[in-house]
Amino acid sequence: MKEEVTFSARGRTLEARILSEIDHHTARRIRERIDSRLFLDKPDVLIMDFSSVRFMDSSGLGLILGRVERASGLGSTVRLTGLSDTLYKLIRLSGLERVKNLSVVK
Amino acid sequence: MKRIINEMKLRLPAISVNAAVARSVISAFMAELNPTVDELGDVRCAVSEAVTNCIVHAYKLLTDGEIGYVYISARLYDNREVTVEISDNGCGIEDVALARTPSYTTGEYGERCGMGFLVMESFMDSLNVKSRPGKGTTVLMRKKLNP
Repeated sequence: MKEEVTFSARGRTLEARILSEIDHHTARRIRERIDSRLFLDKPDVLIMDFSSVRFMDSSGLGLILGRVERASGLGSTVRLTGLSDTLYKLIRLSGLERVKNLSVVK
Repeated sequence: MKRIINEMKLRLPAISVNAAVARSVISAFMAELNPTVDELGDVRCAVSEAVTNCIVHAYKLLTDGEIGYVYISARLYDNREVTVEISDNGCGIEDVALARTPSYTTGEYGERCGMGFLVMESFMDSLNVKSRPGKGTTVLMRKKLNP
């Protein structure tokens, strides 16, 4: 089965690159993969890289919000990178940019 | 008077893999109108939200072995309008206005964010939701593509 997420760690930064489309069906596995790695590494910053994501619906917003909560509990912050115009539109609509411990790099 | 130039009906079991199937089908169906990447992305996302609602919410009370279905019908019109109707025979929504409130969710805490209806509303030109508790829900969405 194709990997949904790959990880790379640099210093206190953990980067999770999401490779699959994000919907309700795929979100559960992506979430489990990120959460277990997040718990092991306890990084200062979790980068979620969306540059390979060809589709995302509001399940992705839930995925992001849930990871920010989880990361905050571990003293980490979350940064979103690689957002296409389409994905960024969804992020803006949801007001996610105003969430604490989350930064959005277009 | 606008005229229908194509139509389709699709029935899918309400299982999570079928949101992706519904998205693919609507993309192929709309291709005739040469939508922009943006327009196609908007409709795909709205369809994904509506089908996901059927899967996550409408049939949550079904017991093992029972299968709920999602019914999708779509039309293309000669004025470049697309309509998509997505319905289920599930539990229905007690209070549609409340369900449409951004951030309102009955989903799993911290995993669903209550943005589904907002996405459908924002990415399409219009959204109409009809629901009868115990009977099911129908959402009708329209979008007119740029000339």
